[in-house]
Parts: sequence; structure tokens; C-alpha cells
Amino acid sequence: MSQQPVLRARGLVKRYGRVTAIDGADFDLFPGEVLAVVGDNGAGKSSLIKALSGALVPDAGEISLDGVAVRFRGPLDARRAGIETVYQDLALAPAQDIASNLFLGRERRLPGWRGAVLRTLDVGTMRTRAQQVLDELDITVKSILQPVETLSGGQRQAVAVARAAAFGSKVVVMDEPTAALGVAESAKVLALIARLRERGLPVVLVSHNMPHVFEIADRIHVHRLGRRVAVVSPHANSMNDVVGLLTGALRMGDDGVIEEVRHAVTTGLGAHRKSAGAP
Amino acid sequence: MGAAKLLGDVMYANRTRADLGEFVLRTPAVGPAIALAVAVVVFALTTNTFLELDNLSLVVEQSLVVGTLALGQTLIILTAGIDLANAANMVLATLLMAKLVVGGTPGWLALLAGLAVTTAVGAITGGLVTRIKLPPFIVTLGLLTILAAASRIYTGQSVAVSDPLLSWLGTRRYLFGGIEVTNGMTVAVVMYLVLWYALSRTGWGRHVYAVGNEPEAARLSGIKVRRTVLSVYLIAGLVYGIAAWQALGRVPNADPNAYQTGNLDSITAVVLGGTSLFGGRGSVLGTLVGALIVSVLRSGLTQAGIDDLYQNVATGVLVIAAVALDRLSRGRQA
Ligand SMILES: Nc1ncnc2c1ncn2[C@@H]1O[C@H](COP(=O)(O)OP(=O)(O)OP(=O)(O)O)[C@@H](O)[C@H]1O
Ligand SMILES: [Mg+2]
Repeated sequence: MSQQPVLRARGLVKRYGRVTAIDGADFDLFPGEVLAVVGDNGAGKSSLIKALSGALVPDAGEISLDGVAVRFRGPLDARRAGIETVYQDLALAPAQDIASNLFLGRERRLPGWRGAVLRTLDVGTMRTRAQQVLDELDITVKSILQPVETLSGGQRQAVAVARAAAFGSKVVVMDEPTAALGVAESAKVLALIARLRERGLPVVLVSHNMPHVFEIADRIHVHRLGRRVAVVSPHANSMNDVVGLLTGALRMGDDGVIEEVRHAVTTGLGAHRKSAGAP
Repeated sequence: MGAAKLLGDVMYANRTRADLGEFVLRTPAVGPAIALAVAVVVFALTTNTFLELDNLSLVVEQSLVVGTLALGQTLIILTAGIDLANAANMVLATLLMAKLVVGGTPGWLALLAGLAVTTAVGAITGGLVTRIKLPPFIVTLGLLTILAAASRIYTGQSVAVSDPLLSWLGTRRYLFGGIEVTNGMTVAVVMYLVLWYALSRTGWGRHVYAVGNEPEAARLSGIKVRRTVLSVYLIAGLVYGIAAWQALGRVPNADPNAYQTGNLDSITAVVLGGTSLFGGRGSVLGTLVGALIVSVLRSGLTQAGIDDLYQNVATGVLVIAAVALDRLSRGRQA
């Protein structure tokens, strides 16, 4: 693959006290692809996602967008650069209505002096647009003015996904967007991801659901103990390969050949992590 | 049109009768407004004097200082904070303004100095809360002690004010021949309207609610959480400065021992107005109603011949009921 990655990271590190959440992680996302990121609980997937979306500032490492080095100081920087994220805990304000949540942090003001001088919000336009976004994604709610806390878990997740899909212009990142969804809703989200790909928008999908991953992904990034340990193809590799890689039972050599690990450390995550994190 | 639009904002399509209770719970000022109306009707029926225009004016006038303190308090509580030092901050400003004028400073300069001091205290509070991440309760508890002591160190006894500007808010006018209105009332109404507008119709307002409701979600949505919270403490500080001006309008005498329960009274008004102490829910209009409820209750019970102490009991019961209602309405959604 000689193409330039849309989003690329090298050697990312993030420590929380003694815990190393990201331990020299690399990352590549190519134009128009759906990249699945898989890994055990606590492998550091969400931390990696947060580093890529400006929600955390890594201690070390580089990120580049379209080949240009970027340094996000906050989520707003990444958003402005066109990276839109569905966080694992959704990042919605429960007391506010759906329309307000879709535009949270990027409210539109009225045109003319009222917007410029009085800073009046263009509530009407935001509501109309919010309704359109939900309609496009086939998301049904009682009203766009319902507070988010009155929605079901699945509906909330749909709102968070809709927000990212509506505003993402370069990359859409989704951290377990189907975790709380039923079969039908999950299918909708997968269809939406496929539609984003058709639009040419690359998508990063963090998921524990292997059938989903194998259904939608073009490539699979396997994350383990804070770093990328392999990138595999859902066409050339099996689910067993992926599960073996993410638990550490299998290993991918530099030549891309997957081999068994003799003395695999499948438990004792903490012990392993400590030795890996030491300088 | 405005009222219809307001209603439209809070009503969903296909509202059924079961949703009516939800409407009351979800619209912060509706419950308190009903309570206020009930109180007014009860006192109008049970006493002869309550509904007299002079008495009604007095009721409003008596709620001005606490009502203004409560306005600033509302902003802070919306961010899930609390301000125990607001009345102490205000009292210090009244003393400063009074002493400056007595010492020959022009009234307008003394007023500006007072506003500057309360705003500076707001900046200090906001700085400690946002930079060092201290809980607002602790910060303002400390400031309460410091400011109250500072006031007494500054002047041992009360200072009389005789400056037209400093007592201007107490100036009365008569509308339609009989309705007594002070400048302080006008100023309070304007302040409430401005902040109502800012909170409900600007991006800043939405950020204030989001920060109080779910700070991490606000941060991830790109809201500058610290800057928003700091702005709230600054604006509240300025509002307390106006409260100091209101206080001198009511009684042209600055007293270091005045308004010792002003902080708690302002919290009472906020809570009665339906704003949640957990942050992120409520409105300044509710607070306005809350401040009026306290004042109406005091006046009505006095005229019904009920002792001060029982009035306190009644207010306390109302506060607990209001918080319980808030808790219950939230509990159903969790
Ligand atoms: N804010 C934080 N403070 C301290 N430790 C953290 C913090 N965030 C993450 N960690 C730690 O970093 C490690 C990686 O966490 P992360 O949430 O990135 O994992 P994950 O792969 O997303 O897991 P899951 O599949 O459960 O979502 C964990 O050990 C976690 O405890
Ligand atoms: Mg995670």
C-alpha cells in the first residue's frame, strides 16, 4: 500500500501514573477505508482513539493528518480538522434536548446583527437540520426536543453516531458504537458506516463484536497491551487468528506471518504491562 | 408570540395527559410559579391587607437584595457549584462604597470600586475552582470567613450613606397613580431578563448548562469548560456588586453585620425556583419566582399573625420539598 494515510500516528505514549495506557502505539488509516480496531478490555483502544481525536494529549509520539504533522490541544482542534468522534461514553449532555446535543459546542448563530451583536442562536435552523440528520439515518425519536435522558440506550447511541456522521468531513471515529444496540439498530449503524465509506469518508471502528468487524472492515488493527501488534485482513485471516492475536496466543512476525507463541501470557496483564512500560 | 414560542419549546408533539406532569417537572419555572400563585391566592383570601398595592410593592421590594444575590447564585449552581460567600462579598462592597463616599470620593467612582471588588472576589473564586480544582463549597466557605472578618476589620460599626447615586435604586416612582415602583425593581427585572436571554438564547448559555450537567461530555464536545465556569463566577461577582447597590438603596447604611444569612437565603430562592443543586438544570426565571415565594410567605404569614419562627419552619419545609421533588423527577430517569 503506497498510498498516503489520512491519519497516521507513530510511537504514541500516554501514562496515567503507573498505568501505561498507550505504549508506543502506531496507527494508519487509509483513504476511504473502514479500519476496525480490536483488542481486549483495557488494551488501550479508547485511549488511542482519544489521542487521535484530541481528547487526550499524548506524552510522546506524532500524529499526522494527510501527511501534515498535527498537534491537537483539545477535542475542538481535532473537530476543526474534520475528525469527528463517537466516544465510548457518548459525550452527550443528558438534560439537553437532541437538537442541542447535535450542535453542542458548535451552535449556530442567527445571520446578521442579531447573531453578531446579540449572539442569538439560530434555534430554528439547528432544529430543522437536526431533524434532517436523524431522518437521513432513519433514526426515530418522539421529538427532536426530547431531552437525551428520556431516550433509550440505543437511541442515545444513535444520536451520538448521527452527530459524528453529520459533521465528520475527513475522518469519523466510533468507539464501540453498537455496544448498547439491538440487532436491528446495530445493522443500521453498520449500514451507516458503509454509507460513510461510499461517500469516501474513512471510518475507524472500535468493536468487540467480531462478526460486525468481519462484516464491515477493510482492514483490522489488533491492539494489545497499549500498542498495535498486527494489522490483518478480514478476507485473508480468520476470526480465530484475530482472537489469537489480541489475546497474545498468536503473534505476527515482521514478515507478516502469524505464528503461535509458546509461553503465551494470556493472563497476568498487570505484570506484563509493568515490564513493557518500564523505560 | 414570545409566550407561544416558549411553550412550544417545552412541549413535545403528541403530548398526552400523562406528559403533563412531565411538562411541569421538566420546565423549571412552572412548578414554582404555581406555588407562588397558590400562596398569593391563599393570603389574599385569608388576610385583608395582603393584596393591597402598597403591600405587594413592599413584598417585591423586600425580595430585591436576596433576589439579586440569588441571580448570581443561580449561575454558579447551574455549573454544579455553590457560593456561600456571596452575601459577605456584597456586604464588603457596601462598606467600601459607603466609606469611600464619606471620605469624599464621588458616588460613581465609589460604585465602580464596589463593583470591581465583588467581581475581583468572583475572579478569585473562579480561579481557585477552575485552576486548582478546589470544590466551590470549600473555596466559598473559606472566603465567607475571610470576607466577613475583612469587613469587621475594615470598619467596626455601620456607615451611613448620603449619596444620591448610591441610594438611587431606592428611589420610588408611582405608575398609574398607585403602583409603587423603585429603580431597584426595574434594575432587577432588567438583569433577570438579560441573564435569562443569555442562558437560554446564546451558545454561552448552552455551554453553562452542559458544563453543569456533564462536564466531560462538554469537554469532549469542544466546550472550553474552565473558561465557561470562570465566566460564570465573574458575572456572578458583578451581579453581587449590583446587589450591594440594591442594599444601599433599601437601607442607606452599610453594616458589617447585615445579611448574615443572605447566602443561605439566596440558595433557598434558587432551590425554590426549581434549579437543581446537582447542576445543569434550572432557570433564572425560576429563581425570580423563588425569591418572590420567600417574600410572599413572610409577608403573608406575618399578616396572618404567625410568628417569625414558624415562618422559618415553613420556608425550611418548602426547601426540602423542592429538593425532594427535584430528586424524584431525576430518579425516574436514571
Ligand atoms: N483517565 C484514566 N486514568 C487512569 N487510567 C486510565 C484512564 N483512562 C484509561 N486508563 C487505563 O488505561 C488502560 C487502557 O484503557 P482504555 O479505556 O483505553 O482501554 P480499552 O481498550 O478502550 O478498553 P475497553 O475495551 O474496556 O473499552 C486501562 O488500564 C485503564 O485503566
Ligand atoms: Mg474502550
